[in-house]
Order: sequence, then structure tokens, then C-alpha cells
Amino acid sequence: MSTTTTARVASDVGNFADERVGASKGVKFLARKIFPDHWSFMLGEVALYSFIILLLSGTFLTFFFVPSVGETTYTGAYAPLQNARVSEAFASTVRMSFDVRGGLLMRQIHHWSALVFVAAIIVHMFRVFFTGAFRKPRELNWVIGSILALLALFEGFLGYSLPDDLLSGNGLRIAYAIILGIPVVGSYVAFFLFGGQFPGEAFIPRIYTIHVLLLPAIFLALIGAHLVLLVIQKHTQYPGPGRTNKNVVGYPLYPVYMAKAGGFFFIVFGVICLMSAVLQINPVWAFGSYDPSPVSADAQPDWYMGFMDGAVRLMPGFTEFTALGHTWSFNIFLPAAIMPGVLTTLLIAYPWIESKATGDRQEHHLLDRPRNVPTRTGIGVMAITFYLLLLVSGGNDIFATHFDLSINDITNTLRVLVFVLPPLAYLVTKRICLGLQRKDREKVLHGRETGTIVRTETGEFFEVHEPLDPYARWSLVQHADLKPLPAPEAEDSHGVRRPGGFGNRLAHRLSRFYFEDRIAPVTPRELEEAHHEHAHADDVHEVEGSEARPAVTAGD
Amino acid sequence: MTTSDHDSTGLATVEPGGELAERFENPGLPAHRHRMADVDPQAARRAERQVATLFGLSAVGTILTLVAYFAVKFEGDLTDNEYLSRVQLSNILLGTGLFLALFGIGAGAVHWAKTLMPDEERIELRHDQRGSDEDRADAVAILKEGAAESGLGRRPLIRNSLIAAMALVPLPAVALLRDTGPMPGRQLETSPWKKGDRLVRDAGGGPIKAADIQVGSVVHVMPDGLQETGAKLEERAKGAVLLVRLNPADLNEAATAGSYDGIVAYSKICTHMGCPVGLYEQQTHHLLCPCHQSTFDVTKNCEVIFGPARRPLPKLAITVDDEGYLVAKDGFTEPIGPSFWERA
Amino acid sequence: MTALAARRRHPMATAVLVLLSLVVIGVLYALAVPGKAAAVPAAADDVAAGKQLFLANCATCHGTNAEGRAYAPSLVGVGAAAVDFQVGTGRMPLQATGPQAPASGNVRYTEDEIKQMAAYVASLAPGPAVPAADAVDPAKGSAERGGDLFRTNCAMCHNFAANGGALTRGKYAPNLNGTTPTDIYEAMLTGPQSMPVFSDSNISPENKRDIIAWVRTIKTQPSPGGLSLGGIGPVSEGLAAWVVGLVALIGCAVWLGAKAS
Repeated sequence: MSTTTTARVASDVGNFADERVGASKGVKFLARKIFPDHWSFMLGEVALYSFIILLLSGTFLTFFFVPSVGETTYTGAYAPLQNARVSEAFASTVRMSFDVRGGLLMRQIHHWSALVFVAAIIVHMFRVFFTGAFRKPRELNWVIGSILALLALFEGFLGYSLPDDLLSGNGLRIAYAIILGIPVVGSYVAFFLFGGQFPGEAFIPRIYTIHVLLLPAIFLALIGAHLVLLVIQKHTQYPGPGRTNKNVVGYPLYPVYMAKAGGFFFIVFGVICLMSAVLQINPVWAFGSYDPSPVSADAQPDWYMGFMDGAVRLMPGFTEFTALGHTWSFNIFLPAAIMPGVLTTLLIAYPWIESKATGDRQEHHLLDRPRNVPTRTGIGVMAITFYLLLLVSGGNDIFATHFDLSINDITNTLRVLVFVLPPLAYLVTKRICLGLQRKDREKVLHGRETGTIVRTETGEFFEVHEPLDPYARWSLVQHADLKPLPAPEAEDSHGVRRPGGFGNRLAHRLSRFYFEDRIAPVTPRELEEAHHEHAHADDVHEVEGSEARPAVTAGD
Repeated sequence: MTTSDHDSTGLATVEPGGELAERFENPGLPAHRHRMADVDPQAARRAERQVATLFGLSAVGTILTLVAYFAVKFEGDLTDNEYLSRVQLSNILLGTGLFLALFGIGAGAVHWAKTLMPDEERIELRHDQRGSDEDRADAVAILKEGAAESGLGRRPLIRNSLIAAMALVPLPAVALLRDTGPMPGRQLETSPWKKGDRLVRDAGGGPIKAADIQVGSVVHVMPDGLQETGAKLEERAKGAVLLVRLNPADLNEAATAGSYDGIVAYSKICTHMGCPVGLYEQQTHHLLCPCHQSTFDVTKNCEVIFGPARRPLPKLAITVDDEGYLVAKDGFTEPIGPSFWERA
Repeated sequence: MTALAARRRHPMATAVLVLLSLVVIGVLYALAVPGKAAAVPAAADDVAAGKQLFLANCATCHGTNAEGRAYAPSLVGVGAAAVDFQVGTGRMPLQATGPQAPASGNVRYTEDEIKQMAAYVASLAPGPAVPAADAVDPAKGSAERGGDLFRTNCAMCHNFAANGGALTRGKYAPNLNGTTPTDIYEAMLTGPQSMPVFSDSNISPENKRDIIAWVRTIKTQPSPGGLSLGGIGPVSEGLAAWVVGLVALIGCAVWLGAKAS
């Protein structure tokens, strides 16, 4: 087509759209929106694109999967299962793997995407946490994201339980036991959810509806809200020269981000296809159809449920007891319900915990460097440590066989470590952050170490330091100097008790916990003083490191 | 396009009064660095060719996928392993083809954006999320006006009856769920074992004579009628039993009760979360559950010696009938499987 | 003065002398000490030959009459099958103490010697015999039946694809990757170490053959989905999702965000 024809067609289409839906206004609003450029902002996209891939591959699977536990005899292509009595769900899954071209690939794409989906959510969540992107005005998006993370766990669990194989069936058995363990209503809820005793005939069709219809609909709504908020509030950006709290520096949506972000979708899809081509996942034909009597060693859930499995493995049995004529199964309820519940609550509430500590009501669009918020970073690393320990516990038998250890020793050691290591990780991380902040100060005050050693005529050695240019310096000095809130007075000057006393005292304590140990950013005056020191030490160059470091300031 | 009109050198900023500012000032955007494709037309053309190559690679991948789909057939006179190899080949070719097809487009688009599309940083100003004071006042006024027009404030009868109606209307949704399942009743407490039931070997076996079991043996059993795998799963989930033969001298008093000449039978369903406890260690006489590593000692009537389980495995008292086959002396004397609230 | 005498005060002389002495003593010792007691027996009887081998290699732990000691069980009644299994897979003689005796891959005896030792132990008391060739022929067994039996009786320790699993206190059920059909049969029959005894009235000889057929099938089968990642389930799959998937994608993201040259 010639350029004039293209132009004419484009103009016709544009006119059609504008006269019906006001497209020109949309183009003006959206097309040149600026997004900042950093690889860590792509992590949420990995999650988003994995979700889309799940929708696409999942739709294909629904064309072949039979969501029923009705008994049938397998007569498909996989020889070792010939004439086995299996459920329809299982048979359809094996048939789809071996009798449908591309069926196995689609199953593997779906399952690998699910694993990558949850992994990406978690990495994205931690990026948001460590950089403080959850602060006002994005608290709501943080809540939506936390709910999405939780729902992703359930969606995945239900998804891999659909083929009704030996491994996932045992997982459902455990889920049934968790529900049974709920005090007072446990047996009722279990019977209603499963339609009776375990396994029953209702669970596969019901899981199917939840997995294919209900949860994806909720996901679409929440992800939609998540993205709309992102557009309305604009994306955060890392601090740097030219970037302020009142602007966004980056590139326009059209054409740069349509190409980059759109291209990234194809990249994510491609990588997942490659994984599905060469790495086998969930070989249900080898597990066999679910039956409550056999079980396989290496009985684990998919990795994202591993932390709950690990917590359950660590619980000692005496935490279940009978009292008042009833059984209180805290050995199940605590690790499977209370622990995740508490963690989720703390996760969702975190923005408000921090804003109570800082007392600030401003909007924040500039991200923090993790080292500048050592308490928050320490808390995050503590959470990761706790999570990783539980994950290791979930695979304790595999660690035992692969590293020639005793599972009993592993379990007992982890029972202790799970209380000892996280606080230790918090302390170490906080100290590392404070150390890095000191290093930043040194760099600003005394310049970058060039590695060039100079020897003076008097025989003294010193390293040449190159002062930072304003652009390099800016990132090291721009951060907010957060101080603990002042201690509230219980009474005002007339001796009248102040209202809101508890809240104020809590805020004070919290802010002391957060900001008591802090390193102030370098001010121009301090730089001047440093320059004077350097100027005065003309002939006698001080050896780096002999200068007193600025003391860690205690709370005011 | 700087953000404000201050000195962009950003050096030790001096305020009008000759004093130092309290904090450093933002030096503004640094100078733009050109890419090779911006300044060198040959580099630009090279980048263009690279992008086109990537898109071309994608097309090749698509063709590979299509050819593989139709060429690698799941039919013909193949041995079992040959068939599986065929499936494997199809999987690899389809997956790799799709990888090239998709990744090519993605990498091409990204490379195009990186090398050829303008990369001068642009600035968009943010506005406060909150509306202007005027807008807020207007919004408040609108809300107040609307509330007054609705009359809700002035007419408590409407308000109260509305609240009552809205509170009640979700209840049918809850009630409609009642038939999703039966009431538990006593179902959790029963099992398919009754007095006199023969123990038969699981996975399609027959009854067992006590004399046929060696010391150190473990037999997976079900009550007669439930030995086929894949059928009547709710009953198999409660009927699975493990038969173990030890030296009678190894069993303690509690374990000896209900045993037959060193042969003991226990429910195979873990009292923790219901996984089958199948791992019997012949030398230590320990039963291990693979799910959460609860360990039961058979010589001590399957009491828990490690792990998160609390209650020992329920024992099935056994004896032999007149033909020497093992039979249940009685059903289980307690509910089998995981704990529940009503289990006293 | 000879050249040798002239050098007897050489600084290196002591070292050379010590080295020489060590070599001489070592050679003499090696010649003097009997090699592994595998001398070709003069006795025509397998049992007698086996007894010689037994006394030389096994009696220290198992007792001169195979009656057992504190740290080694009695071999009376274990049968030829047990000896064929334990010695044939290199588990015995036990190389080192530990939670259990692993299949060492270092079989120290020839097939004849193992046969002889087995014959001797079998002569002590009746016990399970080494199975005949067609009792363990996978081609004669039904893999479908075997799969059902394997999952009910074996998978809880050995894993769904016979890739092994953990037991308590550092013990484990090994994977069956290199295990021969005879080994599998004998293990079921004799119940080595922690493994229970699956006598013929528990799992019939036909069913044992079915299980062998299934193990052979699962072990020679290609993995249709690609690399099997060890066949140990979701743990290795989760690791792959992070180490391969996320690393690759984050790598692509870093490339995407970096300024072009």
C-alpha cells in the first residue's frame, strides 16, 4: 500500500473511533504517558504476562480436561496404565498428554507459568517493599497486591489438584485435614466443601469451577484495579539527577513502552515455552490415579505451598490436646492457618505501621534505596529468612537423601533456627545497611577512591580521591533524613491530659524503633568543612581512615 | 525542560544571603548520551538489520512449529518407548519452535526500542492525587445536597427498614449452600471394619493366613470387598490397614493386646493429616509417614515418637478364623484418621 | 673409598635411607600378608569353598558359625538369596559404619565366589533361594499390574518412579537405577536392612515379576516432557522455576532496561 492509502485508511479508522468513543481524548491521555525505565520495574510485568499465559494455555486445557471423578478404565496410549481403573479427570489429563499433539506442551506451559507467576509476584512484592513503593498514595495497591499473592497460592494449589493424581490427591487429603482441624466448625465446613467424607465425588468439579471461573474472574478484576491505580498514580521512580517527587522521568508509552513492554510479553512467553520444551514437570502418568491407600516418598506440594508444609513438619505433636471434651489441633491450626494468617495481616498492614512510625502524610513517588531505610530492609530480610527456613523444612526429606543427613536432625535443627536466624538476619542486615550509609557519606565527603597511589617527596603515601560530580553525588545525598518522632507529653502546659495518648506513645515507640539508629545524609555545610580540612592539610595528607567517623546519632 | 529554574551545576549551593543551603539541590537531568545508532547512520542500519533478523528468526520458529506439529505424528506401529520418544520429540520441537517464534518478536521489538527509538528522557509533571480545594468543596457540597435530596437523614423509617432489608437479603445465598454437603453426623467416627471381616491383601489380593506371614513382613490390607484400587475411595480412605509381624517378645503389653502371635494390625491412615503411613523400618520397628515425618513405634502400640502427630495409630484387634485366615476381632474402637473438634 | 661410602655423610643420605627402608618393608609386608582370601579352593564342594570364604571375610562380624554378633545379625536361615543380594551389590562386606550399608558398586568377589558363599549360608538352615532366570524376566511380567503393586507396597519408601526416599535417622531407601531384576527379587524376598520382608505369600512370585517388569519399564522409559529433574517431584521443579525461569527472565529484564551502546 502506498503511504497515501495508509494515511487515508488510518484517518478513516481514527475518525470512526473518535466519533463514537472519543478516541482522540484517550490518545491524548494515554499515548505519551511517561514511564520510568528500570529492570526492577519489569518484575510485576513478569507476573502479569505469566497470568495471561496461564489464561491462554488454561483455555486450551479446558478443551480436553474432564472435571469428574467418575471411574473409568484407561485405554489411551500410555502402556503402563492400560486397563487401570482411574478417574475421568486423571484419564483425560493423561490422554491430553499423550494423545493430543501439543497437549503435553500446553500442560507444561501452564504449570511452569504458574510456578513463575508466583515467584515473580514474590520478587515483585519484595522490590516494592524494599524500595518503599507501598507508601502513600499506593497503600491500596499494596493491599490489592497482597491479596493477589494470597489468591495465587490457592489458585495454583487447586490447579495442580485437578488431575486427581496420587501426589496432588494426598495434598487434598492434607487440605481436608486442615479444614477438619478448624475448631468448632471444622467438620461441617469440610463436609460442605467436599460434599461429605474424603475424597467424595464433588471436589474435582467444584475445584474446577473455582479454578477456571471464580478465581480468574477475581484476578482479572484485581489486576485491572492494580493497573488502573498504576496509571492514575503514575509509576514511582528511583531517585537521581532530574528526578523529583513532583515529576516522572522516562519514556513515552507510545512507541517506546509499547515496544519494550509488549516485546517483554513475547519474551516471557518464549522463555516459558523453552522451559516447557526441555524440562518435564508434574508427570502425572507416573504417579498414577489417586487412591487413599498408596503414597509416594518425596510427597511435597508445589514450591509456593512449601512454606506451610515446612511449618507443619516442624510442629511438635504435643501442641494438639483434648480439653473440655474436644480436640484442639494446634499442631495443624497453628502452622496452616494462624501463621499464614498473621503473616498476611502484617503484610497487608505494613504501610500503616510505617506511616505511624514516620508520622508523615506526604505523597511519596521517589523510591528509597534500601540501605537508607535499614530497619525496613532488616524486617524484609528477616521475613525472607523465616520463609526460606520454612521452605527448607518442607523439603527436609530431599535434603536428607541428597546430603546424607538425618531428617530428624534437620527437623530439630530447623525448629531452633526458625526462631534464632530471623532476628539475627535482621540485626546483621540493619548493620550492613548502616555501614553502607557510612560508606556513602565517606564517598561524598572525601570523593571516590581512584586506586591511584601517590607518594610525596617526604615519603608519604596517599590515595588520590576524586570528588564526586553533582550528578553522582545527588543519589547519595537526596534521601530524607528521618528522625524519630518527639516523645509525646502526657499533659499540656495547663496540666490537662492530652487525648490520643496511647496512639501518640505507640507512634513514638515505633518511630524510635525505626529511626533511632540512623546516619544523616551529608549536608553542604559538612562538605564545606571537609573541603577545608583537605585544603588545610596541604602538605600533610591525612591517611584515609584516620578521620573520625560521624557518630551514629541517638534519638533526639 | 528542567524542573525548576535553579542553578543546574548543583555545586555547593549558596543562598542569596551568602549562606549554605541546608540540603543539596537536585542538579537536574544529566547531559544526554547518544547511542551509536543516533549518530552513525551505518550503526542505525545495522541495528535495523538486527531487528529484522530477530523478526525473521521468529518467522522461522513459527514455520518450525507448524511443520513439527504435522510431521511428528502420534500414530504408526511403534513400541511403547518409541511412542513416548515420539511424544518427547514433538514436545521439544513444538516448544523450541514456539520459543523462537515468540522470543524473536519480543527481542526484536525490545532491540528496536533500545537502539532506534528516541531515548531522550522526557519529563511529565505529577499532580497531587488530591483534588483542588475547590473541587473538594464542590464534591462535599454535591454529596450533602444529594443526601438531603434522598431524604435518608430526615426519614429514619426508610433508613431503618432499608438496613433491615439489606441485612436480610444475603441470607438465602448462605442457605442455598446447605445442600452442598451432608451434616457430618457420626460419619467421621465409623470405619468399614466389622467383627469377623477377613483381612485381604490390598491391590487385588486374597485373604491371608497367619502362618504365611514371616517375621519382619509388612502386608497392606483392606477389609474383604475393598481390595481393588481406584474404587470406593471413601471407604478405602478409612479401611486401609497395615499388618506387621514381629517377634512377640518385642511387643510391649499394650501392643500385645489384640495381636495374634506377634502379628499386629494398625490403621494405615496417619492420625496427623491422613496420609498413608506406609514406611515400615524392619529393624527399628518404626512406622514413618512420608508427608510430615510423624514416626510411630510398633513395639509400643504405635505411639508417636517423633513428628507433628499426637495420637497413636488406632489398633485393629485381630485373630484367626477356623481356616487360619486373619480376621478382625472387632471394628476400630476409636475414629481413624486426622483429629477433628468433636473427637474427645 | 667407594662412591657410596663417599656419600654417606651427604645431607640427603638420611632421607634416602629412610625411603629405602620403607620401600623394602612395604614390599616384604605385601608379600607376606595374605591377599584377599580368594585363593582358588582345592575343595570341589561349593559349600566347603564358601565356608572358607566366609571364615576369611565374614566371620569377624557375623561369627564363626554365622550366629551373629552384637553388630551383625545372624545369617542362619537368611538363605542364598540374601547372600547373593548383599554381596552381589557390594553392600557386604561392610566398608564403613553408618546408618546403613549402601550399595557400594565395589563388588569384591567373582560370581563363583558369591555362589559359593551363598551355598554355604544356605546350608546352615533353609532360607530363600536365588531366583531362576525366568522368575525375574521383565518380559514375562505385566507392567500394568506391577505399577499398581509398586505404588501400594514400594512407592512410599522408594518414590513413585523408584528414585529413592528418606527414612528416619539418616537411613534411606535407595533408588533402583542400576538394580538388576535379580536384585529386586532378592530384596523383596529377603527384606534387607530396613526393608520389610515381602515373602511369596505376601507378594507372589508372579507379582514380584510384575513389579520387576514395571521397574524396568519406568527406568527405561524416555521422559516425554524433557529432562526429568531427578524425578523427585515438586521440590526440584520449584528450584528449576527460580534458577532457570526467574534468572532468565530477570536477565532479559536487565537487558531490556539497559541503555543501548
